[in-house]
Amino acid sequence: MVKKATKKTAKKPIKKTAKKTASKKISPNDQAVASLLELIRITSTVMPVDVDRALKKAQGVEEKNTTASYAMDIISDNIAIAKTKSQPLCQDTGTVIFYVYHPAGFHQIPFTKLIHKAVMTATKKGYLRHNSVDSLTGENAGTNLGPGHPSINYVEHTGKTLEVKMMLKGGGCENVSAQYSLPDTGLSAGRDLDGVRKVILDAVIKAQGKGCGPGVLGVCVGGDRADSHKHAKKQLFRKFGERSKNKELVKLETEIVETCNKLGIGPMGFGGKTTILECFIDHLNRLPASFFVSISYMCWSYRRQGAIFDTKTMKLKKWLY
Amino acid sequence: MIELKYPFSQEAVRKLKVGDMVLITGKLFTGRDAVHKYLHEGNPSPVNLKNQIIYHCGPVVMEDKKGVCTVTAAGPTTSIREEPYQWQVIRDHGIVGVIGKGGMGQKTLDACKEYGAVYFHAVGGAAQVLAERIKSVDGVFLKEFGSPEAIWELSVDKFPVVVTMDSHGNSLHKEVEDASKANLKNFV
Repeated sequence: MVKKATKKTAKKPIKKTAKKTASKKISPNDQAVASLLELIRITSTVMPVDVDRALKKAQGVEEKNTTASYAMDIISDNIAIAKTKSQPLCQDTGTVIFYVYHPAGFHQIPFTKLIHKAVMTATKKGYLRHNSVDSLTGENAGTNLGPGHPSINYVEHTGKTLEVKMMLKGGGCENVSAQYSLPDTGLSAGRDLDGVRKVILDAVIKAQGKGCGPGVLGVCVGGDRADSHKHAKKQLFRKFGERSKNKELVKLETEIVETCNKLGIGPMGFGGKTTILECFIDHLNRLPASFFVSISYMCWSYRRQGAIFDTKTMKLKKWLY
Repeated sequence: MIELKYPFSQEAVRKLKVGDMVLITGKLFTGRDAVHKYLHEGNPSPVNLKNQIIYHCGPVVMEDKKGVCTVTAAGPTTSIREEPYQWQVIRDHGIVGVIGKGGMGQKTLDACKEYGAVYFHAVGGAAQVLAERIKSVDGVFLKEFGSPEAIWELSVDKFPVVVTMDSHGNSLHKEVEDASKANLKNFV
């Protein structure tokens, strides 16, 4: 049995800036861990501006005195409290996903160790839940480290900057994500964009409220099974309003949002006007024999953030969202 | 807004109907995947769940050096994963309420009707709003399942939920699913 404790409410106020490193010199490695920790904290506790704006708009759209409106009000309160208390927006702090965009000559192996250190510290500080379980034994080591955790993806780019993007994607929305192989006779979905549209709508219907809507869709048309899913999820790093470069896909993105919001699933699946906030679609080439469509569903608790690091001092220079 | 206060009873939850917004004050026990599988396999519950409410939740719990625990984030997890087990847990352990998100299926709905229980929907992802309503951590059981999977005994004050499956055979989830499927026919 644990001792009874009354609820603490007062917590230190937060600022969306890099932590002070005091006047003492701090090694770039220690600074990198501190900066990564701050990136994790902000991702877990502060809703990005673009998503916050979309949620506020959705809150205004629902009819007053409905359960949908009630849910949107609670969501709005939740965002405010998480920020003030510097505590996780959602208790499912998700799969911890990093995308590290680095210049040539960057050393990935030591940086991975720094990320691990930051993840462990973030877990101790409660920005991340004990969320990584051994799939065979069921053991939860409480560190968030293990095979595949965290998910770290390195991308060399031509620029000189070091950019670290991250996402915390919870299990509820991951579980309703889906992959289809076209043609799908049950859905009358052929190997064309209309078929793509039909399977996306099917995924949204199947998700109902289970993915914590209003949700966001990242979609990949094509690719092999693995790349297709990964590329779909990667679309969730796009800013709200950032449309596809392909005209046909822009049309489809817009149409999907409009159609989904006529289905009546609504916030939390309570019934209501906003089912989907955004839809981001992209494509990869496919084999003649394959036509996969992958849909990555993201919950309203859209925890993604990113920052540019100073490559010398490893201090945070700029937030990306 | 309806207030439901501890001690809970079948009689009290039988009065609730789909769409009711309810504030729960009293005691909740968390229980999710591992706990449901464990109880389904016939293992005895480490705590008497008769007339209690089970909360599908894996909270973030901070424990200080003295062993005092505080819940710092505690939204619901997706309930449908417990669909194979929930009816049996309602029947065998006499729980009168389940809190979760996303709703549950026919087996659970039937058990709610037969044994007198309701399904409450908490707002998914609202970990902070809900954690604020948790006033104390009074106990923990089956901690060997890992912190998110353990049974945490919590005292709550005005914990906000919506009845989405009642003890009279009504399910908002079924209604919304049927309606949304009918709407989809206009677009495919």
